[in-house]
Formats: sequence, C-alpha cells, structure tokens
Amino acid sequence: MSTLASPTGNLDAALQPTDWARPSGHDWFDALRRQGWADFQRLPMPTRDDEKWRFSDARSLSLAGFAPAPEPTEAVAAALIARSHFVARPAALVVHVDGHCVLRPALSPELTAQGVRFETLADALRHHPALLQEHLLKHGAGLGGAKFLALHQAWLKAGYVLFVPKGVEIRQPFVSVNWTSTEGAAVFPHALIIAGEHAVVSVQDYHLGATADARALAISACDIHAGTGAKVSRLAVQGWGNRTQSFQVDNTCGGRDALITSVNAAVGSRRARLENTVRIDGPGADVRLYGISVATGEQEFDQRTLQIHTAGQAKSDLLFKNALLGKSRTIFSGLIKVAPDAQRTDAYQTNRNLLLSPDAEADSLPGLEIEANDVKCSHGATTGQVDENELFYLRARGIPLEVAQELLAQGFLEEVIAKVEDEEGAEALRGMLSAKFHQA
Amino acid sequence: MAEIDENLAQREAIEVDRSKGDFKYEESYAFDAGIGLSAGVVDYISKVKAEEPWIREFRQKALKIFDGLPMPTHWATTDLDNIKFENIRYYLAKGQKAVRTWEEVPDDVKKTFERLGIPESERKFLAGVEAQFDSEAVYSRMKEELEKLGVIFCGPTEGLRDHPEIFRKWFGKVIPAGDNKFAALNSAVFSGGSFIYIPKGVKVAQPLQAYFRINAENFGQFERTLIIADEGSEVTYMEGCTAPKFETATLHSAVVELVALKGAKIQYVTVQNWSANVFNLVTKRGVAEEGAEVRWIDCNIGSRLTMKYPGVVLRGKGARGEVLSIALANDGQHQDTGAKMIHAADDTTSNIIAKSISVGSGRSTYRGLVHIPKTLKNCRNNTECDALLINEHSRTDTYPAISVRGQKNSVQHEASVSKVSAEQIFYMMQRGLSEGEAMSLAVNGFVNDLVKEFPMEYSVELKRLIELQMEGSVG
Repeated sequence: MSTLASPTGNLDAALQPTDWARPSGHDWFDALRRQGWADFQRLPMPTRDDEKWRFSDARSLSLAGFAPAPEPTEAVAAALIARSHFVARPAALVVHVDGHCVLRPALSPELTAQGVRFETLADALRHHPALLQEHLLKHGAGLGGAKFLALHQAWLKAGYVLFVPKGVEIRQPFVSVNWTSTEGAAVFPHALIIAGEHAVVSVQDYHLGATADARALAISACDIHAGTGAKVSRLAVQGWGNRTQSFQVDNTCGGRDALITSVNAAVGSRRARLENTVRIDGPGADVRLYGISVATGEQEFDQRTLQIHTAGQAKSDLLFKNALLGKSRTIFSGLIKVAPDAQRTDAYQTNRNLLLSPDAEADSLPGLEIEANDVKCSHGATTGQVDENELFYLRARGIPLEVAQELLAQGFLEEVIAKVEDEEGAEALRGMLSAKFHQA
Repeated sequence: MAEIDENLAQREAIEVDRSKGDFKYEESYAFDAGIGLSAGVVDYISKVKAEEPWIREFRQKALKIFDGLPMPTHWATTDLDNIKFENIRYYLAKGQKAVRTWEEVPDDVKKTFERLGIPESERKFLAGVEAQFDSEAVYSRMKEELEKLGVIFCGPTEGLRDHPEIFRKWFGKVIPAGDNKFAALNSAVFSGGSFIYIPKGVKVAQPLQAYFRINAENFGQFERTLIIADEGSEVTYMEGCTAPKFETATLHSAVVELVALKGAKIQYVTVQNWSANVFNLVTKRGVAEEGAEVRWIDCNIGSRLTMKYPGVVLRGKGARGEVLSIALANDGQHQDTGAKMIHAADDTTSNIIAKSISVGSGRSTYRGLVHIPKTLKNCRNNTECDALLINEHSRTDTYPAISVRGQKNSVQHEASVSKVSAEQIFYMMQRGLSEGEAMSLAVNGFVNDLVKEFPMEYSVELKRLIELQMEGSVG
C-alpha cells in the first residue's frame, strides 16, 4: 500500500486505512469511506485564526503518533467487559475495546419481535444496508471539525446502530461502552440512533480509558434521528484517559413534536472537543441540550453547539455547566440560528462556569442569529467563583474549606445531573465527576 | 447587490427622501490627492500638512500594514468586499464651498431639521449652506474660553506640531496602526478630527462638540481623534454625523483614542446618522488609568454598514469602563456594533448595555469582548444586550466572547430577542394612536432608559430620529 503524501505535514501515515482491499460488499459504503480519506487529506488542519476554533489551542493539534490498535487479548477484553456494567439491567449492552467489538449486543426476543434492532455497525451493514445508506453521516461537521469527521468516515467500522420502530416504547436504556486500552490507539466509535414515530428510547454512551492516563486518539460521531412524536434521551460520557485527544461530532434531528434530551458529560482526555448540532425540523419539537464537565490539571474542554430552528413553533433549550480546577480551560461556543420562517420559536442558551482555581480559564462565546421576529430567544453566560456567603455558612459549621468548596461545586453541577432520567446513569456520572475533585 | 438596491428603494419610501437634499461641492479643490491609495498619496498628504518626518514614517508604515492585512471577512460581512479602495479620494481640503443658498434647500429637508429640533443657527450649517471644509474640521467657536482653562482643542496636524510633548506620547499608542486593517488605513491617510488635552483637575462644564460631515462623492473621511484627560479632569465630547446621499458608496474610517489619566473621566457621545451608502468602519478605544472612568455612549442610526466596537482598556486599579449603545438598522442597513472591555488591573469594573432595533430587512449585530486575565482579582463585568425585531424578516445577531481567569472575578452576560407585543400595539391603538405611532412609542420605550443617559439635546434629537425611522415600518 503506497502512502499518500499528507498536505498537513504532521499526519502519520499510520492513520491510513489499510483494508480497502477487502470490500464490504456495498459499493456505496466503500465509496463513503474512500471519500472520507480523500476529504481528510484535502482539508487543512484548523489554525488559530479559524473563527470556529477561536480560543482553542489549535496550534497543539496533532494526529501524529496514533494508529489503530490490534484486537485486545481475551483477558483484557474480559476485564473491561466486567467494568462495563454501569446499568444493572440494560435493554442491551455493547462493548468495544480499541475499536474492536468484544461484546456483541444480545436483544431480548420480545424487543426483537417488536422490530427493534441494536447491532454493531458491521452487522447492521449486512442486515440493513438500506437503512444505513439512508442515515449514515448525512450531516457532516459544520462547526469546524470537518477534517476529523472525515477521518472518522474513512475508518467507519466500530460502533452500533439502534433502530426503534414506530410506537415502540422501551424504558430500559441501551448501553454502549467504548474503551481504549493500547497506548496510542486511534479509535473511531460511531453511533446511529433512529427512533420512529412516537417511539421512546434512551441510550447511554460511555467513552473510557482502560487506565486513567491512557493515551489515545478518539474521533467519535453520533447521529440521532427522532421521528414525529418520538422521545429520545441520551447520556454521553467522555471519560477517555487523560493523555487522550478527543473529538466528538454529534448531529441530532428532531421531527414534529419530538422530545430529545441529551446530556454530554466530560471528565477525561487531555483535550476534548465536542461539536453538537441540533436541527429542529418539525413544529412542536422540544430539544434539550445539557453539558457538564469537571476540568482539572491542564485539560481543555472545547464545547461547540449549534441550535438550528428551521421549523417554527418549536423549542430548544441549552444549559452547559463547567467546574474548573487546576490550570484547566473550558470553551463554550454556542449559536442559536432561527431561520426566516421559523416564527414562534422559543430558544434558550445558558453557559455557567465555576472557577475553582485562579489559574483556570473559562471562555464563553454565546451567539444568536435571528431572522424571524416573532420569537423568544435569549442567552446568558456567567463565570464566577463559589459564593462567599455559602462558603462561610458551611465553614461556620465546621466543614473544611476543600470539602465546602467541593460540596458547593457538586451542588452547582447537580442541576445538570438531575436531567439524566436513568438513576443508574446519573449515579455513574455523579461518581465520575466526584472522583475528579479528589484526583485534582 | 440587487437586493440592497431594492432595499434602498424601499427605504426611500418610508423615511425622508434624502435624495432631494443632495448637493455637491465644486470640484476645484486646492489640495486634492486624487483618487486611489499609494505611497505617493500618503507622502502628498504629509507634505501638504508640512508634517515632521516621524509622522510621515508613521503613515508610510501604516500603509504597508494596511496592504499586508486581509479584509476581515472571515468573521465580518462580505459586504466589505464592495469597498473599492482604488476609487476613493483620500484627501482634499480647503477652498471648496457649498453651492447653495438656504432658499434652495428643499422643503422636506428643512422640515426634517424642524422635526429633529435642530436650532435655527445650526440648520444652515447642516444644510450645507455655509461654507464647510471636508476633511479639516471646523470647531473654533468655543476655543477662546477653553484656552483660558488651559484646554487644548485643535486638529491632529496642529496638535502634533504645536504640542508634541503632550500628544506624541499617546498618539497611535491606544490603537496602534496594526490593530486592524481600517485602523492601519486611517493611520496612513488621517486628516481632520480633534486633539484635546484637559489639564489636571479641570472639569469642563460644557460638552465639546464637533460635527463631521462627508460632502464629496467617493470621498472617505479619516478623522483622527485623541483626547487626553489629565489627572482628576473631566470632559464630555460629542460627535454627531449627518451626510448627504450620493450614488457611490463612501468610506468613513476614523480612529478615536481616549486617555483618562488617574482619576479622570471621559465621556464620548456619538450620534451616527450617515446616509445609507456610507461604510462606517471605526476603531474607538480608551485607556483608563487608576480610578479613571471612560464612558462611550454610542448611537448608530445611519450608514449602509457600520462596524464599530468601542473599547476600554482598564489599566489602573479601580478603573471603570462603560459602553451604552443603541443601534437602529433599517432596510438595507447593517449595524455591526458592540463593545470591548479589556481588564488589565485589579478591582476594575465594566458595564455594557446594548440595545438594537431591526426594521424591515435591517440587520443589527452585537459583537462583544470581555477579557479578564489570570493575574487579576476582583474584576467585574456586566453585559446586557437586547434586540427588538420589528418586521417579519428583520434580523439580529449576537456574538459575545468572554474570557475569564483569576480570582474573585465575575462576569455576567445576558441577551434577549423580542418583538413589540401585539397587546401593546392594540392597547395604544385602542386609545387612538395609529399603528405607526404606537410602534414608534413602543420602540422609544425600549431604548428609553439608555436615551436618558445622553446629554439633553442629543436625547431629544435621538427620540425624534427614531420616530422618523419608524415611520412606515408597519402597516
């Protein structure tokens, strides 16, 4: 396999897919992947001057030194599967290690009979190629991460597809856990969630490092399609090892009267960028986006969101809360776009940052682009410290300073944790956030 | 550009027909640098002004910076690409007179002045009846009295020539030539503007005023203003703009630098009402030393495109910065305004209140920057931006950027977008107001708490200007 020259100079040839020779049996799929590689090579690396990367440390972006890792040993796989049970009784569980599926999802016969599908990407490609062709990576990355999404597309292999047909309501969450285990592993987890009319479904995605200081490159993508009246909720936890570079490109489409709730939590990685685009395509839709993070050390959490209202009489609400310790930095850049005909839109956006260290930095870019007049739109952003009076109250009752600060910070974060509908998921999240305070 | 032409046509229908008020100066300029920009033009301007070599070098260096910088269209509107720098006159002055008498001024222009409540004595001036220079500003009326106080109020040429010990130290320091492309352009070709020095402890009771005008086709105006308020002094400076309408776009690119030394207060008031073909690309920034206060009161009603983000660098402990901004964007207009607050010392506070109104296809944009670095403590910023959308396809954007580090610093930013509620309009119409009057009243109510902050005569004029702009926006 000849190595193509990279226009960016710092790209390791190790990232070039080597399995072109083995066709998937679906020309469109192979073409999609090849297109991804071509786009990846064509697109330049972001620079500091790129408005979509404002405040990001774009200079230190590098993809060198990462390569896809081989399949894990059985012992490693078994150990990590054992650590993947965040929910005692999920609807189904799928586990990947270094981009290889180590636990294939087993769906109950009842759900299978109702037409529910929860399969690895590879299985879904075999069984439902038409469904995939219709939905796979249809939206691209409009928030600056196109080059990274292109590499994800070139490597499209690991991941899952969840399809819930019309009218089916499932209370138990579907859980997917992705681990990185090998030093320098490059992983590209993909999630595709399709909820039919009036379907009800909840999903939990955990992205984790096998060790706390795992070094990896993770470029993940998730597409959610919620049909008329569908209810979809998703918890996504980014907990990669703390020497990992993470890019996450999420796209959500909400149809008429759809209710979508997503909670994006960030605790891991050296630097992690989340790009979350929501399209509100049907009237009556209600989309709620929540973000939560505890940043420590020299972590950089870069959150970019876009709420696009193309249909009127719909609602979107966003709340991103960050607690910052050490020399960490968070960037929240959000935009609400209301199209000219999307009258009677209600759209809100709030970013709150709690600085727990004098060396931490919180950047906020809350934006609005409104082209219709009969709308209610607002945004708010605050950055500040723990309230002196609250701190005094706790200390006056004999609680040490560090404990008081942590309690207040957890109180600050609880508002978002409470949005996670599944109690086990909320508890898992609470534990990971709380652990950050103690390692900091 | 068809869209904008159409918008302009609509605009004509709903406000004062400015085209009837057009007038031109005779093209017999004693000093005319010709059309286009080159090192030769810059040298010519410097020579005409008999400037010292360091100023000429400053200009030439700025021209190089201007040539090297790209248009900021990666974040700003691509309408900027419609500026044809090679078609612009960069300097002319002296010798040209308005070719019109008061009797020749069209009635509707006279009526507009009347409705705006402009005093009789100033109407002739505004109508271009009295002789005016283009780029050399005229403001000698109050000079004598000010001189008694030791106040210097002159143009940049005189300021740098006669008082270099005062002005050279700060000239180009608050806004260096390389700050942005248009600041570089201004630094290369500036002429006209105000250089003001207020001595220690002097509190100037009356606001200092200067009217700036553009009166020649394709002629850009590049004023340079530098105000230095020495320790404990206070001054208010007012800048108002009117410009007649011409067929090709006109460029206005000013640089305004304010320096408030220890305990000084500077208030800078602008009412910008350029005609709808003017590109108004202005850089305004103040430095506030210990305990000093810089306050920008900025109102933008005219122009085709305004890009202006007055800023304050809070350099001394306890300094305070404030921007109060009102923008009204009518059909074909884009008011891209905002504020910058750079905190650079402990205990500094800043406040930004911006209100915008978009009418018809008008677009108003707020861009803000609040920066608090890590070495600082006890800094606070409050930002509020409210946008009012009048018609179905009116547009508003908000792009703040907030960066906070350090200890005990806090910022809060809030923005909201709304429209005039149908209930409000219904209520007022029930009581006999026409829909237009009701809308106008509601809009004036929206900006009322900011308008109150303007000096008296400006707030009256402003309210009437808004009424005029709102006429025909509904129904």
